[in-house]
Amino acid sequence: MEKLINQFEFGLFFWQILIFVGLIFLLKKFAWKPILDAVNDREQGIKDALLSAENARQEMQNLQADNQRILNEARAERDAMLKEAREMKEKMIADSKNEAQAQGQKMIEQAKAAIESEKNAAMAELKSQVSTLSLSIAEKLLKEELSNKESQAKLVEKMLGDVKLN
Amino acid sequence: MVISNKPLRFILAAFVACLPLMSFSNSEKDSAHVQTETAHEAASEGHHAEPTDVKSKIKAFIGHHVLDSHDFTLTQDDETGKYYGFPLPVIILDNGLQIFSSSKFNHGHAVAESNGNYYVINHHDGKIYKTDAAGTITEDEKTGHPTNVRPLDFSITKTVLSIFVAALLMFWLFTSLAKSYAKNGGIASGAGRFFEPLVVFIRDEVAIPNIGEKHHKKYMSYLLTIFFFVLFLNIFGLTPLGINATGNLTITFSLAILTFLITNLTANKNYWGHIFWMPGVPKPMRIILAPIELLGVFIKPFSLMIRLYANIFAGHIVLMSIIGLMFIFKSWIGSSLSFGLSFALSILEILVAFLQAYIFTMLSALYFGSAVEEHHHEEEGHH
Repeated sequence: MEKLINQFEFGLFFWQILIFVGLIFLLKKFAWKPILDAVNDREQGIKDALLSAENARQEMQNLQADNQRILNEARAERDAMLKEAREMKEKMIADSKNEAQAQGQKMIEQAKAAIESEKNAAMAELKSQVSTLSLSIAEKLLKEELSNKESQAKLVEKMLGDVKLN
Repeated sequence: MVISNKPLRFILAAFVACLPLMSFSNSEKDSAHVQTETAHEAASEGHHAEPTDVKSKIKAFIGHHVLDSHDFTLTQDDETGKYYGFPLPVIILDNGLQIFSSSKFNHGHAVAESNGNYYVINHHDGKIYKTDAAGTITEDEKTGHPTNVRPLDFSITKTVLSIFVAALLMFWLFTSLAKSYAKNGGIASGAGRFFEPLVVFIRDEVAIPNIGEKHHKKYMSYLLTIFFFVLFLNIFGLTPLGINATGNLTITFSLAILTFLITNLTANKNYWGHIFWMPGVPKPMRIILAPIELLGVFIKPFSLMIRLYANIFAGHIVLMSIIGLMFIFKSWIGSSLSFGLSFALSILEILVAFLQAYIFTMLSALYFGSAVEEHHHEEEGHH
């Protein structure tokens, strides 16, 4: 211990404190402050650059997501439109089919009615024809009967037979 | 770890295995040398004994290396007594300023005279003592320390020069790093590329985790300066220049006292509250804890001082001893083994240099953190 204390040299201590404290202040002003500032600035710059890169990436991602979304929407809309059109087409076809069917049915009904009325008319005409014919026969018969009784009866029979054949 | 454990272990094992052979072969010679040395020392009364054999020469060399010195000696030639290096200015506050070159001491062999005052360097502790024209030194009978007056010595010693060079180097390096940001658009260039990560490391791994985001800024200058200062001086110590600044107690003391002062001068009332009136413990315990905590205030910087000093000091002694072994063995197997060992140890010492700088900074930051920490023990205290 005494040997250690003996090693202490005041002159050396004085010079050391002088040089070292001077060195601290000189370096503080001319070295450490500029160095640490430069390092800090650079680190801040790197941090900022990284942050902005990250932001840009995020933005890009957002943009891409947006695009994807819009694309999906458009696709869905197109699909919906196509579906709608298809449905419309089918509906139209079905509608027109039904309508045509109804129309045809109606026409058939009409035709049937017309045929019926025509038939009725023909029947009426036939009836009137038959009545006129029978009248003329009756007239002729009457005339014949007036001339020859026997032949008149034969005629009537024959005529009736004709009518029956008719 | 910088180095793998395996080769180091192998070298150590091989070295230890060979050790007995070497010491056996030398033992007889050794004892003879010790005898001659003691005889020699007894013969040269008053004057210090110049060591003669290799072992004690190395011991003396290491002993001098770890101490501060008034001249910068790179190497010396014992045969011719020639020293390679340069003298440093001696500044003594004694009857006014006495300034002269350390070459006047002739490496401790001569008495220096300045304005009628005589000074001599003691060979044991390397310190300057006031003396008379003949250079007489009176020694304390018990301790063997000189009893001569020690003048206030503000000399530019080897250690002062090396911390000054380290300071200049740091100033140049880090101002050029600071300038390179402006020139290079916010990016370091050159050597700054190596130092910038260390600066960022101190900020992110030492200052912010220990002190906190809020307060760390005001301590950054101190932490960065002390980290690089200790690191540079540690590394300087590993160069063959023979500098031992961070292994000098005065240097580590002054660094520790700065940490101590900054810690206690910037401390908030929570810090003092934790020392004198520990919240959250029973009242009698608080009275017992107060002196312990107060003692801790002084022990913390003291441990900082001793840790750095002891690590670097011991590193130098061990490394130099193993290098010295090369010259003691003087055989191809022993010397090459100690060369390998000293090489491995040098690498380990580089790790220690970084580690100790880091630990000193880390612990300083920890103490600063405890000084500005904002506790919320008020709520806990009511339990």
